[in-house]
Amino acid sequence: MALPKIYDTPAEAVADIPDGAVIMSSGFGGAGGRPVHLAVALSARGVKDLTIIEQTMGVLGLDLLGTPLANMAGLNVPPDYKDLVDLYVNKQVKKLITPVIPIAGNPTIVEALKEMIGLDVMEIELLPQGTFAERIRAGGAGIKGFFTAVSAGTIIGEGKETRVIDGELCVLEPPMRADYALIRAYKADRLGNLIYRGTSRSYGPIMATAADVTIVEVDEIVEVGELDPEVVVTPGIYVDRMVKVPPPFWTYNELCIRGER
Amino acid sequence: MTISDKLRAKFEETRLDNLGIGMRVAQEFRDGDYVNIGFGIPSFAPSFVPEGRTVILQVENGVLNCGGLVPEESPQLMDHDLTNAGFRPILPLPGMSFFDSAQSFAMIRGGHLDVSVVGAFQVTAKGDLASWSRYMIGGKWTGILGGAMEVTIAKTVVVAMEHISSDGECKIVNKLTLPLTRKACVDMIITDVAVVEVTPRGLVLTEVAPGWAAKHVQEITEPQLIVSPELKEMQLG
Repeated sequence: MALPKIYDTPAEAVADIPDGAVIMSSGFGGAGGRPVHLAVALSARGVKDLTIIEQTMGVLGLDLLGTPLANMAGLNVPPDYKDLVDLYVNKQVKKLITPVIPIAGNPTIVEALKEMIGLDVMEIELLPQGTFAERIRAGGAGIKGFFTAVSAGTIIGEGKETRVIDGELCVLEPPMRADYALIRAYKADRLGNLIYRGTSRSYGPIMATAADVTIVEVDEIVEVGELDPEVVVTPGIYVDRMVKVPPPFWTYNELCIRGER
Repeated sequence: MTISDKLRAKFEETRLDNLGIGMRVAQEFRDGDYVNIGFGIPSFAPSFVPEGRTVILQVENGVLNCGGLVPEESPQLMDHDLTNAGFRPILPLPGMSFFDSAQSFAMIRGGHLDVSVVGAFQVTAKGDLASWSRYMIGGKWTGILGGAMEVTIAKTVVVAMEHISSDGECKIVNKLTLPLTRKACVDMIITDVAVVEVTPRGLVLTEVAPGWAAKHVQEITEPQLIVSPELKEMQLG
């Protein structure tokens, strides 16, 4: 693989993503780790018919009668939170593969999502989160599938090939890959070695391995040799493009702004 | 089974609040346990670990040995790179470790957790659990599946929930009407009015909330409860 290319803006980093692309987006639910700058740039390009692979459908900050959707669903996001919501609201997503549709059985949320983003017509594949993570890991690691007891005998496991292993009914899960992975990391060096911060690591390290093109937004890009090799989480071989971005659009409060904590 | 309005009024008046459920759940943690906490009612438990016990929290988005929720009166401690599975800010602890989601679920699915505290929509007398969907869209069950199926692989699974739903329906039921999370996985049910153990003989009622008698708990529980000869009042402290 070639060394990663550094872009000046998120828009340039996602400029070639075509209609119909399969896209992984990093992060866990509604806090750090979401590639919000790349997502906003992608949405602004107006690409359509995307397949999105993400841990939680990125509509958590959607404003419902003055309250973020996440908070209505018993979850939590910071004020002014933004994720992939533009892509959904602009109906650029054809298919979603995720463990979490954040509706929590709340009829207000369901009706709003039907009306605002066409949730009822979107193609959705719901996966147990461990299976979701392991399918991505397998996709990046050249594993052509694995058996797990998780979801066997439930409606989620329906239609999947089964086998009894060690006396337990298991389902066969295929690997999962994407055309592009959009990742948020904390710091990179010019070789694309990445470190993350706290629970924002989540899906970055595995999604970075499982896409044809991995695009990373980071707080800081440092010179080669400045990252301690003992703590590098994602080795540079997986990274194709990088762009330095400002802090997220949202913060819990002023003290949370990166660098001042 | 739908609960009568009269019974519901009594329930609303005398049940424990979420903090109370959390306090009772925390007493199940033994010294040295690795514990996974679901979001919702279970997330109140870590604040009440009994003194003298060290409990290591595993949060499925990728941290071991973290603290409880950041108190609302201390917003300056909130950090969007340190949150729990419900995306709420949590406190750091010395000895914390971070890992990616594949590692997190290898840990969970591999059976390395001692206790898992989960929320639930329905539980049966056999310990079958429904906890991820109560809504259909386009003819398909949907909702927050998340790690629900994996976290119930823990050695001990404790359900922490309200005894009846907000619609006044029984949640401890004879037969699930909502999608199964995992068969026969629940060991104990801690609610706002009772503690019930899932045993091969059936559901054993071991504790009732202050002001509650076994027969009142039975009235809002579909399966027949076996009343423990040692039935006692729930102690929260």
